[in-house]
Formats: sequence, structure tokens, C-alpha cells
Amino acid sequence: MKLFKQSAKHSIKFFLNGNQVEGFAEPNLLLSDFLRKEIGATGTHVGCEHGICGACTVKLDGEAIRACLCLAIQVEGRDVVTIEGLADTEGSLGIIQKAFHENFALQCGFCTPGFLTTLDHYLKINPTPTEKELREVYSGNMCRCTGYDEIIRASLEAANELLKIKTLNLK
Amino acid sequence: MNTNYQAKKHTEKSIGTSVLRQENHALLLGRGTFVDDIPVKQGTAHAAILRSPHAHAIIKSIETHESKNQDGVFAVITGRDMVVHTDSMKTPVDTPMKHYGLAVDRVRFVGEPVAVVCAKNRYLAENAAEKIQIEYEVLKALVDPIESASDEAPLIHPEMSSNLYSTHHFKHGDPDTAFDKTDDVIDFIIEYPRNSIPPIECFGCVAEYLPETGGYDVISNFPGPFGMQPVMAWALRVAGNKLRLRTPPNCGGNFGTKLCMFPHIVVMCVASKLAGRPVKWLEDRLENLAAANSAQNRITRVIAAHKNSGEVTALKMEHWDDNGAYLRAPMPGPIFRMHGTTTNGYKVQHLDVKMNIVATNKCPSGAVRGFGGPQLYFATERLMQKLSVKLELDPLEVIKKNLISADSFPYRTPAGALYDSGNFQRCLEEGVEKGNLLDLKRNQESARKAGKYYGIGYSTAVEPSQSNMGYITILKSESERKKAGPKDGAVSYVTVSVDSSGSVSVVSESVPQGQGHATVLAQIVSDQLGLKPEEIAVNLELDTAKDAWSIASGNYSSRFAPAIGSAAYAAAVRVREKLASIASSKLNVPISSIEFAEGKIYSKENPDNFTKFYRTAALAHWSPGSLPDGMEPGIRERVAWSAPELDSSNSLGEINSELAYGFAFDFCGVEIDPITYEIRVDRYISAHDCGTILNPAIVDGQVSGSFAAGLGAALYEEFVYDKDGAFFSGSFADYLVATAPEMPKLDIIHCTPSPSPYTLLGAKGIGEGNTYSTPVCIANALADALAVEDIVLPMSPSKVADILLEDEPPPPKQEMQSNLEPISGQSLTGQGSTSIEASPKKIWEFVLDPKKLANLIPGCNELKLVSENNYSAVVNLGVGPIRGIFDAKVSLTDLIEHSEMTLKGGLTGTLGSGSGVGFIKLENTPSGTILHYSYEVTVSGKVASIGGRMLRSAAKILIGQFFNNLGSNFREKNGINFWKWLKKIVSLKK
Repeated sequence: MKLFKQSAKHSIKFFLNGNQVEGFAEPNLLLSDFLRKEIGATGTHVGCEHGICGACTVKLDGEAIRACLCLAIQVEGRDVVTIEGLADTEGSLGIIQKAFHENFALQCGFCTPGFLTTLDHYLKINPTPTEKELREVYSGNMCRCTGYDEIIRASLEAANELLKIKTLNLK
Repeated sequence: MNTNYQAKKHTEKSIGTSVLRQENHALLLGRGTFVDDIPVKQGTAHAAILRSPHAHAIIKSIETHESKNQDGVFAVITGRDMVVHTDSMKTPVDTPMKHYGLAVDRVRFVGEPVAVVCAKNRYLAENAAEKIQIEYEVLKALVDPIESASDEAPLIHPEMSSNLYSTHHFKHGDPDTAFDKTDDVIDFIIEYPRNSIPPIECFGCVAEYLPETGGYDVISNFPGPFGMQPVMAWALRVAGNKLRLRTPPNCGGNFGTKLCMFPHIVVMCVASKLAGRPVKWLEDRLENLAAANSAQNRITRVIAAHKNSGEVTALKMEHWDDNGAYLRAPMPGPIFRMHGTTTNGYKVQHLDVKMNIVATNKCPSGAVRGFGGPQLYFATERLMQKLSVKLELDPLEVIKKNLISADSFPYRTPAGALYDSGNFQRCLEEGVEKGNLLDLKRNQESARKAGKYYGIGYSTAVEPSQSNMGYITILKSESERKKAGPKDGAVSYVTVSVDSSGSVSVVSESVPQGQGHATVLAQIVSDQLGLKPEEIAVNLELDTAKDAWSIASGNYSSRFAPAIGSAAYAAAVRVREKLASIASSKLNVPISSIEFAEGKIYSKENPDNFTKFYRTAALAHWSPGSLPDGMEPGIRERVAWSAPELDSSNSLGEINSELAYGFAFDFCGVEIDPITYEIRVDRYISAHDCGTILNPAIVDGQVSGSFAAGLGAALYEEFVYDKDGAFFSGSFADYLVATAPEMPKLDIIHCTPSPSPYTLLGAKGIGEGNTYSTPVCIANALADALAVEDIVLPMSPSKVADILLEDEPPPPKQEMQSNLEPISGQSLTGQGSTSIEASPKKIWEFVLDPKKLANLIPGCNELKLVSENNYSAVVNLGVGPIRGIFDAKVSLTDLIEHSEMTLKGGLTGTLGSGSGVGFIKLENTPSGTILHYSYEVTVSGKVASIGGRMLRSAAKILIGQFFNNLGSNFREKNGINFWKWLKKIVSLKK
């Protein structure tokens, strides 16, 4: 295991949304702070810093994790996907984002990055979720504006859309 | 040209349709700009706040030297600096209480800011804050508002003559006669808990002192009301125009709570001045839960005079409104804001209301979505339910009997509110029918047959919107009011401009927090100008140095739809009239025949006679000379709108506190599992009349959002304090918020609307309704399910167990009673015994040897003997995820040699403090000694706030470790006694 010197900055090279980036971090710097302050990727939001609200959820090597419970130095050489990486190739809304837009699934939008990354991860494991399953998956994401119904509706719609595309591609 | 033109144009109005939100794209792409996303100037300092671990204590000394000398620290600021550089912040109540944002000489609640460290980054600032040494002398804390209000209570603010910030007594109508003549009275007390709706984004600000002007420039997520801007400027001793407040494009939720960040802005302004650079502060979650804001918990005694038929004729209420450790403007506003609606939607004519505005050692109160309504309607709606039980009537019938009739609008309530429009009975009927009450009743029947507890609850709520700035004056006496001059109205500003290329921009001071204001403004304006909503650019970032704003500006009291909606409509109409006037001279038709649609301005009679919208607008910029005579060039219409119905108070303190009053009628079924006592809301129905609906999907979002908050208040959310004022809800693991799986099915019903005659679009507010109606609707269902009189929220399975198992005998008495004086508060207690293979004498000698004792104490390296039987130590302890270093003091008293002793001690550290007593008794037995122990510990500060739920087990483990260490010490010393061991094995086999 690599040893990092305390209170010194270390170079961290990793992949952010498919692009290799580099930043510098002290060993105690949280991934959430690193992404936001050092890399400038402010799409990931920090709501509680103790792993409960879910706003800072990002994908690390495909797994949904809390960026506030991860150190920057842990992502060296790894793949991080944030909300900024969920748009389609032209930079417009991706399928999940579009479903959230059309179903009024966000109000203030502060918790939204966590919901989007959680869903993006979950639909890869379970492409045909039920409402109940989605609610359970979101038990780690807090939203204070919407009351969740619109989020569930949007998520079901996104799953359907993704399935349709998958079926078309197979044909 | 299309002959169906006009008909088509008419159907294309976007108001009333669910236009998709223009706010969404940036947010969904991760391109939103919240306060923490804005880059700061080079050299900006980052602030960390050191907070009080005590609920009530004298600050005997603060030593900041070591903290200031840490690497990267620019400044350390304390309450003394605030006294030098600011004046105490003003409140609406005339009180000698002082509030500077940082504690001066005394702390009054757990989490109170004591010092601010400004450093190169937040990590360094937090580390340096731990180096500040503060000596406290702990005082008795007051947590219960009635106890605090009593004459005997020690003073929280010694400059006040009691712990009452103020008291008020209102009489409207003739309550005394009504009570004399009544058939009967019902008399009860309700308690509403302490909670909030903590948004996911906490407070944040960047404050910069400007030495060139002596002023300040602040960017923050403070949402208004901007009546607090002069309060901040007065405190900072600068003219209003030297305190520039700006808001970022996005705000991560508010729900009223962010109003209370203004004292922090004042502190950060001073910090910037003293640090000589901009200062950025972001609140963390513990700070937010412990110290940002809380709705007032309230105790209310309700006495209602009623007829035997169920009609309430007069109401008496006495409130103890717990406003916590300081009054921060505009507190105690909520109780006054709802005073006009004390009778809710009921035709009660006689009212007697006493208000005790109480100080306690808890977080200062603030605004929370619903602003005084949840507490009030908990009283009125529990009354309806209790009355129905008392008179054996259907609760819905009791409600119906009391509702104001449809032909009485506009209706003046006894306390002065002017209900603009409504049809409450119709709303009830539509709710019952569309919400299928019958179905719920069938569910109740079958659940009860199956042995489950199942109740149905009802509630109604008048939903006031757009506050009259004058309502706060009713807390002053008539002579004080006269002296202060009139206060009334509420000004809202919207500016609509059309640029030289013909594109339309809207600017306003609504300071949205995610509701979708920009979308609705675009709808309102585009409808007037014959454009599409997506063609309208809306910017709602407020800058007090440049924008039109008033004391009423900001986001609160469901202000947007009635106030900003009206101003936007008026401004758009003015732009339309100006363009129509230009077009009329160009098209050579009278103004009255001009229409706007699809980017064209045309003659109604002859649609072929048209001009392009952009060309007409361009003329006002490119060719002022071509404009009709006397017309001002350019197109920029700024409307300041205030409704005349928001007049000032009369001599009795009666005032129309709000402009537009919506209505909500809710009912629900709640089922309780007979074994686990799990509470499940079977179905929840909420019927609303908010007048004209501007955007149905946005309205539904407001209803379901406030429903989620109301459900939280009913079942999950509470700020818990123990009797010593220690705070136990400092994380989202302790302060529970409903997530998606907890949410029951919600049916939203839009009743036939009663548009407001006083707002220009007929719209009323909708953002707060369910925070009023939902907690008490669920409480009423619980009362019905459990057949109990008192329901104290939030209701949990363990509280249900307390109610249902009330008659069970208490658990058997513990074998050993400690002879200790119990420590007050929610102390942790425990006891146990352990056998040790050594004589009492040996153990006694061992424990009295500091070097040996040190080895037994978890996390302790060295125990210093201070005086006989008094020790001090530095210990490293952890509870759950929290670990820290504490200074410990231990004394041994009541020593009976080789037999009994009492240990008293205290711990202090940056993570909090604790104190405890332990009692040890040594019992001589043939195989050695049985050591009996009992202990009682109280803990306060960070460790309690975020580790509270783990403290009991942590204390058990730590104390267990102590005695295990003691026991094993003798075992190791004696070695393993083979014969004893063999004997044990044999006896076990038997």
C-alpha cells in the first residue's frame, strides 16, 4: 500500500467521467471536497458529510459510493462518474436526466446529483425495477422538496426508456 | 391567414398548464450555481465556528493565543470583538436581551457560536478552533417553557426581569359573555414538538469588508425577508447602502429556515474586517441541526365554549411559545402571523388569546415552512376531534357544523384576518367524494376486525399567503404602535424589459429556493406578450445594490403566487400596453383592437394587418423619434405592487395579516401493527383550493413536498433535548427524515377553485398547506386508532407502546439500589457486578494507587494525583465514529475502607463534556470479592449530539472495560490456577 505523507499535497491522477484528470490533495481531503474544490466539478453536492443524505453519491469503478466518506487519495488510477458524466454525447440531457425533467422530479436540485448517480448505478444491476424496489434503493437519498413521488415516477420512466433503447439495439 | 387564429391563440395560454421547468437543465447537468459553487477571490479565508458544549454556562475565560498561532490562521474572533464592532441585533419585541451572534460572557444553548477561526482552509480552521481554551462554569439549564416562564426560574438573560421575552393578551368579540352563556366547555392542553425542515444545503456565505467605503459585500443563500437587511446594517453600524447582499442563482432548499442565517452574516462581516480579507463560511450538518433554526415548540391550553350540538361559540387559548435562547428578528413573528387565523375556517366569533413568548436554553427559534401554523392548527383540529369524541358525533360533522358558510366571503375573522374567497363546504364534499372516504372506512372496518388498531383522522386548514408587513406591529401596545408610525402593505417588484432585438427578460426579488419561480414568471409574461414561455429569460439573483427590492422581498409566507405573480402580471401588462400603443400607430388601428400572438402584434379585426413583435420592440430602442408623442424610449417596466387590503392594525390589534387565504381539507387512515406497533399511513388524501392554479405540476410538487414535511413532523422529526439542555439530534442518524420507502400514498385533489379577488391572477399560496394540516390529521387518526386523548408528536412505535402498555406493572426492582443522589436530566444509568479473585483489601489498595488505577481506565495513560483522593488525567475516548481527547477529573469520596466508595468525575474536551457518579461496593466471598457497581452519567456537546443514540451502550462498554481490566489484572497477577480451572470445568459439565 502506498504511504502518503501527512499535511503534504499528493498528485492524484484518475478518470473523471471518462477523461483523465489530475489534482493535488492532502491525505485527509475528502473526495467530495477534492472534486468540488480542486477539480472544479461542483455538480456533486455535499449535504451531511456523514453518509446519510446521499447528495454526494458518485460512481467509483461502477459502484455507487458516498464521496463524503471517501478520501481523494483513494481514487488514484480509478474511474469516477459524477452527474456531469450522465449527459448524452452531445452534452444535452441523458435519458435519466430527461425523465427527471419531464416528471418534475426535482425542485431545488441540490439532492438530484445523488438520485441520478444512484439510479444510473441501480438500473445497470436491475433494468426492470418495481416501484417498491426503487423506493428501497432510494432509502439512502434524502429529498426535502418533492416528497419523492415524482422521483419514483421519473425513475420508472427512465428504466422503461432505457429498456426500449436496449431492445431496439438488440434488434 | 389562419381563420382559426383567435380561437387557437386563446387555447395557447400557458398559465394553468404544466409547462416544464426552465430551471432544470442546469441542475440536471450538474451546472447549477449554489453558494458553495461560486469561486472566491484569492486569499479568501475559510471560517470554522467553535460552539458551546453546554446549554447554559458562564464563560469564565477564553484563551485564543494558541489557536491564533497555528499555521495558516488569519484571525480568531470572539463575542468581545462583536461587542466592539457591532450593536446588538434588533428584534420586534422591546427587550433588554442582547444578541451579537457570538456568545458574550455566557452561553445559552448547546451549539451557540462562541468563537470564529479564519484560516487558509476549512480543515486548518477547524483544527485551530480546537486549540481555543474556554473555561465554563455550568449553570442550571431551562428546557421546559412553563418552568422557564415561572417567577422562580433562574434568568437566562440576567438583563431581563423574567424569562419571558414578552406577553400579550388579545380579546376579540365578547368571549366573557360567550363563556358565561355556554352549554358546556371543553378544556385541554396540547404540546407541539420542536422540529424544523432542514434543507439538504446548509447555510453559506462569503462576506467581504470593503475598507474603501467601510461597507460590506456579502453573497449568501439568505432568502429574505429582506426586512432583515436593515437589521444587519444597524448591527454593523453602516448605512443600508453600504451592506450589499447578493444571492446565488440556485439555493438548495430553504423551507423558511435560512432566514435565520442573518446573524451569521453579521458575524462573518466582522470576521472579514478583522481578518483583512473575504471570509467564507459554510455551515456543516451538525451546526445546522444543533444551532441553525427550529420551529417554536409550543404548549397551548385550549378552552372552548360549545353547544351540545357541537358548535364552538368561543375560544380561549393560552400559548407558551418556546423561542429558545435568543430572539432573532422577526421572531416571535410566527405566532403573530397566524393570530388572524386563530379560528381557522370556523365561524367562532369570540376569542381570548394569551401569548407567553418564552426563553429557554435551546436553539433560538426561527421560521419553518408554515410559520406558526402547525402549532396553531394542532390546537384547533385536535379540538374538533376531541369535541366529536366528547359529544359522540362524527368528527366530519363537527367540522362541517363549524365551518364558515360559502356566502360569507369576504369574511372578517374576529382577530382581523380578511378571508378573500372560498367555499369550504364544497371543498369538503369534493374531498370526501374524490378521495373516497367510504373506501377508507371499509379499510378501517376490516383492519379492526383483524385485530389491528386503525384510525381515521380529519383536519382543515386555512392557508394564509403573502404576509402584511404590518402584522408584526400587533405585538406592540397601541401607544407604541402610534409612536413607531404606520406599518402595512407588502411591496413586490417585477421588472419586464424587451431589448433591442425584441427578446424579453424578467427580473424579480422572489429569491426562489427551488420552487420553479422562473418558469411561472415566464408563463405569466409570455401569455401577455403572445410569446412562448421558453422565449422569456428570467434572472432571479438578487443584488440589493442594483435591483428593486423592499423589506418584503424574498421567499417566505407563500408569497410568490399572490405577490410576485401579481407584480409580474402588472409589469407584463404595462409592456403590452406600450407595445400596443407603438403598434397601433404603426398599424393605424385603435389600441383596443390590438392583439398579441405567436410573436406578432396584429389587429383583431384583420389579423393580416400585423407587425412582428421584435420589430415593434426594436423601434423603442433604435428610433425613439418614431414613438408616439410623449412616450419614454426603451421598454423596461418595473412594477411595485402592494395590495390595499393589507392595511394597518386597528386599536385592538386586529389586522389582516395576509392577503390571500387558500384552504386545505385532509383525511387519512392510519394503521398500527398490534405486535410491533409500527405505524403505517394507509392512505392520505389532501384536497386544496389555492385559487387560480398557475402551473398544476408545480402546485402538486408544493403539496407533496409540504406533505412529506408534515409526515416527518408527525412521525419522525424532532430536536431532542434532555432536562439539562444537552442536544441529542445532531446527525441525520438521530434527526430522522422520511425517505422514499417511508412515504405513504398521497392523493392530491384540486377542489373547484375560488380565485382570490385581491390578487391579479386570482392565485393564492400553496407551499405551506400540508405542514399545517398533515401533522394534526395524522394525530387525529392516531387518537382514533388508539382511543386516547393525548397525542404528542412525533409518534413512534415506542410511544405507542407507552400508551398501550400503560397499565402494565413496572419492571421488577433492581437488586441493588444505589444510594446516590440522582443527577438531573436524561442521564445514562447502569449497574452490574463482577467477581474478582482477590480480597476486598487487595482491590481497595489497587484502586487507590493512581499508577495502577490509570491502567484500568480506558484511553488513560497517566493519572495525576492533585490532592488526596483527587486525580486528573488526559483520556482518549471514542463513541461510535467520534473519538477525542478529554481532560478528566476524578475524586473519590465517602470512603468506607475495604468496602464502599463513591467516584465523582467530569470530562471536558472539544467534543463535549460529561459528568458522572459511580458507586462501588465490595462484597467479601469465599472465592474472593464480588464487586457491585452502579453509575449515572450525563453528557453534553458534540458527543451527545451525534453520538447520543450510542452513548448508553458506549458507557456500558467503557465501564465494563474498567471492571474487566480490574478483574483480569488480578487473574494475570495470580496466574491461572489449574485446580480452580479444572473444578470449574467439572462443575459446568454437571
